[in-house]
Amino acid sequence: MALNTIWVVVDRTGDKVASVALELLTKARQLAGTVEAITWGDASAIADQVGSYGATAVHTVGDLGGGLPGPAVAAAIAERISAGSPPEAIFVAQSYNGRDIAGRLSARIDRPVLTNVVNLAEGDGGLVTEHAIFGGTEILNARFTASAPGIYVIRAKSFAPEQSGGGAAQVDTWDVPELGAVGAARIVSSHVEETEGPKLDEAAVVVSGGRGLGDADSYKLIEDLAKLLKGAPGASRAIVDAGWVPYSHQVGQTGKTVKPTVYIACGISGATQHMVGMKSSKNIIAVNKDQEAPIFTIADLGVVGDVKKVLPQLIEALKNRS
Amino acid sequence: MNVVVCVKQIPDPAGTYTLDPSNHNLVRDGKLILDDSDSYGVEMGLQLAEQAGGGEVTLVSMAPNSETSGLRTALAMGAARAILVSDPALAGSDALSTAKVLAAAIKRAEPDLIIAATESTDGYTGTTPVQVAELLGLPAVTFSKKVTVSGDKVVVERQTEEGYDQVEVPLPAVVTVTAGVVEPRYPSFKGIMAAKGKPVEELSVSDLGLDASAVGAAGAGQEVVSVAPAEARKAGEVVVDEGDAFQQIVAYLEKIKVI
Ligand SMILES: Cc1cc2nc3c(=O)[nH]c(=O)nc-3n(C[C@H](O)[C@H](O)[C@H](O)COP(=O)(O)OP(=O)(O)OC[C@H]3O[C@@H](n4cnc5c(N)ncnc54)[C@H](O)[C@@H]3O)c2cc1C
Ligand SMILES: Nc1ncnc2c1ncn2[C@@H]1O[C@H](COP(=O)(O)O)[C@@H](O)[C@H]1O
Repeated sequence: MALNTIWVVVDRTGDKVASVALELLTKARQLAGTVEAITWGDASAIADQVGSYGATAVHTVGDLGGGLPGPAVAAAIAERISAGSPPEAIFVAQSYNGRDIAGRLSARIDRPVLTNVVNLAEGDGGLVTEHAIFGGTEILNARFTASAPGIYVIRAKSFAPEQSGGGAAQVDTWDVPELGAVGAARIVSSHVEETEGPKLDEAAVVVSGGRGLGDADSYKLIEDLAKLLKGAPGASRAIVDAGWVPYSHQVGQTGKTVKPTVYIACGISGATQHMVGMKSSKNIIAVNKDQEAPIFTIADLGVVGDVKKVLPQLIEALKNRS
Repeated sequence: MNVVVCVKQIPDPAGTYTLDPSNHNLVRDGKLILDDSDSYGVEMGLQLAEQAGGGEVTLVSMAPNSETSGLRTALAMGAARAILVSDPALAGSDALSTAKVLAAAIKRAEPDLIIAATESTDGYTGTTPVQVAELLGLPAVTFSKKVTVSGDKVVVERQTEEGYDQVEVPLPAVVTVTAGVVEPRYPSFKGIMAAKGKPVEELSVSDLGLDASAVGAAGAGQEVVSVAPAEARKAGEVVVDEGDAFQQIVAYLEKIKVI
C-alpha cells in the first residue's frame, strides 16, 4: 500500500454524515493501511457508520458552541501534527466547510493545498492527483513536493462509496487550542430550504433549468417535469444569481455535483462551470434553441427547440401515460 | 469603515486558456481583466462603506507585469486606491504563496473588513481568502449571499448544503461573497476618467518583507506532473424540433427505462 495513514475530515449536515465523506473514506482505505476520521460534534453517533466505511478511529473536536467548523478543526489537526506522528495525507471535501478547514489548516501548518481533486492514485514519490481542467476537456495530474502531510481537497461524487465491513470506529476527543479572534464567527440561526422529492445530489433523474426559461415563473415547468419523473429540479448559476431559485438548486463547480441516470438540461448553454457538475451523468438530454450551444457537445439526445414549447408537450405526454 | 477588496486580474475567460508547456502554468502574458467574480466584492465594498457613512475601499491585487487594467475597472466603479503586488518572483505561485502576499499587502491598509470572492474564475481553489484570514489571525465567513454591517459586527447569510446560516462576526474580519449578492455597477464615464488619476501603489516581494524563495514557483509545494486531453464524451443525436421532438424525449426515457 502506498501510504501508512490518511486522515479524512468527515463533514456533517446536522448530525448526518455527508455522503462525500463516505466516498473519501472509501478511497482512503484503498490507498492507506490506516484511515482515521476527524469530525465535530457528537462522534459516537457516527462511529458505526464511519467504521463500516473503513475508519478505525474517529476523533472529534467536540461541540463547536455555535462556531464554524473551519477554525476549530484546522487548529486541532495542526496541534496533533506538531505533537508528532502526522499522517501522510489529509482528505477534505470540496464543500463549504471543507474549503474553510483546508485553507486554515494549510496556513497553520504551512503546507499547500491541492484542490478540485477528482481522483488519486499511487505514483512515484506519493500520491498523484487528477484534476479536470478547462471544463473537463483536459486532465491535469499533480503532486505535492512539500513534506507530508499533503492536504487534498476532493470533489464530491469522485468515488463510489463502498462499505468495508469494519466495526465501529474508536471515539476520542481532540482538544482545540485557544482560537482567539479566528474563531469569533457565530452561527445565530440555520435555515433549511424545504424541498419535496429526492435530494438533488442523490436523485436518479435531474431536470435543470437555465436562463433560457426566460422568467422565474417558467421554472414551474422544470418542477413539474421533475416531479413526473420522480426526480429533483436543478438550476444553472445564472438563474440562482437572478434569484429565481434558491442556491441549493445550483448544479456545477460551485454548486452540487450530480451523477443521475438521466440529466435533462433545459435552456442551459453548457458553460464549463456547469458541465463539471453534471457531465458524468449516465445520460444527458438537452433542450436549447441554439444549435451551437456547447451543451449539445455532451448530450446523448439534443433537441434544438424552444423550452416553452417542448416542455409543456413533454409534461402533457408524461401525464397521459400515468 | 475601511474596506479592502481582493481583486484578481485574469486572462479574459472569453478567450482560450492555455498552459505553458514548460511549466504547466496558465499563460498570463496578454492583457488581463478584472475577474467578474470580484466585481461583486467591489460593489459590496462600495455599498458597505457608503452605508457606514464613510471610509474607503482599497483594492489589493497580485498580478504579473505590473498589470493594472483590471484595477482601473474597479477604480472606475468607485474604489479609492489600489495596492498592486507585481514581481517576477511570484510567477507560479500556489494559493498559499498568493495568500502570504495578499496578507502582507492587506496589512498595510489596516482595514476593518476584507472582502474576496468565494472562488476565482481561473484558479477556483476557493481557499486563498481563508488562508489570508488565518495568516492575519482573523475570523472569516465564506459563501456569503447577503452581508450587512451593524456597528462593529458583520451579519452574513452563509450558504449551506441545505439552505443558509445566519452568521455574526466581529470586525475586523474576512468575508467572501458569491456572484449575485449585489448587482455590480457599470463604471460611468466620469468614473473611468477619475480612475486614471487614482493612486496605485506598486510593491515587490521585498517591499512586503517576504522572502522570494518562499513564494512563486520557488516556494510552491506542489507540481504538475502531466496534462493530457480527457476522454471526450461523445455527442449523440441532435434533432430539430418540428413540434414532435417531445416524443423523441419520451422514447429516449423509455429506452433507458426511466419511464
Ligand atoms: C467561478 C465561477 C463558478 C461558476 N459556477 C457555476 C456553477 O456552479 N453552475 C453553473 O451553472 N454556472 C456556474 N458559473 C457560471 C457559468 O459560467 C455560466 O454563466 C452559467 O452556467 C450560465 O447559465 P445558463 O446556461 O442558464 O445561461 P446562459 O449561458 O445565458 O444560457 C442560456 C441558454 O438558453 C438558451 N435559450 C434561450 N431561450 C431559449 C428558449 N426559449 N428555449 C430553449 N433555449 C433557450 C440560449 O440559447 C442559451 O444557450 C460559474 C462561473 C464562474 C466564473
Ligand atoms: N492574485 C490575486 N490577487 C487578488 N486577489 C486574489 C488573487 N488570487 C485570489 N484572490 C482572491 O481570492 C479569491 C479566491 O481565489 P481562488 O482561491 O483562486 O479561488 C479570488 O476570487 C480573489 O478575490
